[in-house]
Amino acid sequence: MFATVMQYVLYLAFLIVLAIPLGAYIKKVMNGEKTFLSKILTPCETAVYKVMGVDSEEQMNWKKYAISVLIFSGIGFVFLFVLQLLQGVLPGNPQHLKGVNWDLALNTAISFITNTNWQAYAGESTLSYLTQAVGLTVQNFLSAATGIAVLFALIRGFIKVKADGLGSFWVDVTRIIIHILLPLNVVVSLLLVGGGVIQNFDGANSVALVEPIAVSQDGEILEDADINVSSNTVKVDGQVIEDAKIVTEQFVPMGPAASQVAIKMTGTNGGGFMGVNSAHPLENPSAFTNLIEMTSILLIPAALCFTFGSALKNKKQGVAIFTAMFICLVVAIACIGVSEQAGTQQLAQNGAVNISLVDQAGGNMEGKEARFGIASSSTWAAYTTAASNGSVNAMHDSFTPLGGMVTMLLMQVGEVIFGGVGCGLYGMLAFAILTVFIAGLMVGRTPEFLGKKIEPYEMKWAVLVCLTTPIVILVGSGIAAMIPEVSESLTNHGAHGFSELLYAFSSCGGNNGSAFAGFNSNTVFLNVSLGLAMLIARFVPIVGTLAIAGNLAKKKKIATTAGTLSTTNGMFIFLLIVVVLIVGALSFFPALALGPLAEFFSNLM
Amino acid sequence: MKEIKQITKKALSMLIVFTVLCGIAYTGVITGAAQLIFPHQSNGSIIEVNGVRYGSELLGQQYNDERHMWGRIMNLDVSTYQDENGEPLMYATPSNLSPASEEYQQLVAQRVDMIRQANPDMKETAIPVDLVTCSGSGLDPHISKAAANYQVARIAKENQMNEQEVQEIIDKCTQGKFLGVFGEETVNVLKVNLMLDGILE
Repeated sequence: MFATVMQYVLYLAFLIVLAIPLGAYIKKVMNGEKTFLSKILTPCETAVYKVMGVDSEEQMNWKKYAISVLIFSGIGFVFLFVLQLLQGVLPGNPQHLKGVNWDLALNTAISFITNTNWQAYAGESTLSYLTQAVGLTVQNFLSAATGIAVLFALIRGFIKVKADGLGSFWVDVTRIIIHILLPLNVVVSLLLVGGGVIQNFDGANSVALVEPIAVSQDGEILEDADINVSSNTVKVDGQVIEDAKIVTEQFVPMGPAASQVAIKMTGTNGGGFMGVNSAHPLENPSAFTNLIEMTSILLIPAALCFTFGSALKNKKQGVAIFTAMFICLVVAIACIGVSEQAGTQQLAQNGAVNISLVDQAGGNMEGKEARFGIASSSTWAAYTTAASNGSVNAMHDSFTPLGGMVTMLLMQVGEVIFGGVGCGLYGMLAFAILTVFIAGLMVGRTPEFLGKKIEPYEMKWAVLVCLTTPIVILVGSGIAAMIPEVSESLTNHGAHGFSELLYAFSSCGGNNGSAFAGFNSNTVFLNVSLGLAMLIARFVPIVGTLAIAGNLAKKKKIATTAGTLSTTNGMFIFLLIVVVLIVGALSFFPALALGPLAEFFSNLM
Repeated sequence: MKEIKQITKKALSMLIVFTVLCGIAYTGVITGAAQLIFPHQSNGSIIEVNGVRYGSELLGQQYNDERHMWGRIMNLDVSTYQDENGEPLMYATPSNLSPASEEYQQLVAQRVDMIRQANPDMKETAIPVDLVTCSGSGLDPHISKAAANYQVARIAKENQMNEQEVQEIIDKCTQGKFLGVFGEETVNVLKVNLMLDGILE
């Protein structure tokens, strides 16, 4: 028991220890200051500007910044969409996979430019290595960099006084990729390969099976068959089965996985190289790779809190935001961990199944890997849904009702408990603006945040940023629930079936990308509707955030007085958490009551 | 309008630059380094003895033979992948079942019966949960120490070994927690079985 708790504590401690120095480093990159890597990297940065003809001193106003984001994402979309359609005739395809269907290609392209990485595809059977490397990996970098760049613009909005410019989008993206993402990912991917993640350009492989498997003519697996490989005969109960096939080899997927997996984690992207993502033993082979991959999920989102404080020369503010997020995260991990460790009565079989902690992880091991057990799977589940990462190392569909509900809630509160790289923090800052407004109303003062007056213009946009996610999720899942063909996509039925559907829209509406994977989302209706959900949930908040940034930059700074509401103390942290929970949890209460809560309570009866 | 044209041009050149940098150069450099420094790991950790490829130590297989150690429950897939000659290859997928449904309860009850039958010496002992559940990848190569110990009596009897010898093999194939804290202690089922068959030392 003690060892299990220690595991949770050390995971969190490891994250904080790495996030603080990284946050300081990112602040230097944002301001173009010198770092210990400048000698090598700055020449590369300058070379990129030269090739692209970028003026590194340019200051864009918010509209130009926003248009640049939109056009850049749009071009990325077109490229990735076409690349998937054409992969069948392009090189880098040793498996000879066909071009992807239009609706799946559309969904996947949107999914990757929006930093969602919803997987309606199974990597090893659908996408060529060229698509994975030149398409997905590149968008993993670019969508992550875009999120961080928008956050930089917002931070500058708070810092600048009576100014117009928020910096240059091109410069921000270039710096983020060259100084932060590339060096970090070179280190992470080499650690992963050392731990056993595959990285090669060979076609898929096969290896011998210790026990061959018999398959009947129509593809049914023949259990208890008597197999004679040398004479190629299969007998069941002494009867020879005609036309049975004997499977003697196992499929071993290959490809450049580690490099893709590294950025998928650090960029809060989450789209796996394999269909089952980081549960796959070739994508996440050991407790060591799991530690690296899992910490990478929250590393940059957590670091950005400290970047924020340090850039504002108000470290306490960064710590306050971090604390609010951290408290929510710890509570979520505790809920998932306890619920998964307890397991279910259906699994325990009145004591016939041992779910204790002796010599094993115990608990609900359905959908979980033996090497990760309960602690590493629960921590990952909380990390990946708190951040808008969406990778998984265990199948959320097979979580207990309450454990699964917490992962859903983390996405439904708008992906602001750390959230995606950049977008999590700018989302949380919109909630902070909402909080000072509400607090201001309570004490009868003009709301202000970080020395800037918060006025109706900011409020309108902040509300839009905060409400986009709940609206997209609720409207989307509401419409989908009324369409009869959607029920064919479900693996489970009843309340859990509804949970699968709600999870899909929560995941796309939160730009998360994880799934209750029993849900077959590869249909035309779902590919398109979930694609739309992802687009709205990504770009409406981006435009809103930049509009707020642009307007804040224009304002003068007001002096702090005795009457100024502190935004760094415990009271503010508490209020912020309450506002996030009211918007998130309350809007979803009715929907959750039909899904996971119904499942949970029907079990108690 | 002119500005939009300009931005589009920049966006396009940016996409090209970073496709080369992050897609081609980055992937290429990592692959080169990986093949140079970690050739075994980067190619799938395949166990090869005398030129025969006996499986990947990271991919689970299904074992029904009572002489072998059994692993996690598998959901086999023999229709998605074929070799060059069109012969089907084995792969596996997770169940994605809710562990709180009646259907699931019946499924586990069947598995309990099956395992009880195969391990008559362990009738009084509760079955370790790993043996009656499907894994997250469907291809989990490991089981817990408890799940391995549960099978010792059966494996020893079926192979005419004593329990001590079986235990030694299990110990050889056991990997502790990383740094003594992270993850779980696991037994690699394929390695145990290759040792039982005398293929691995």
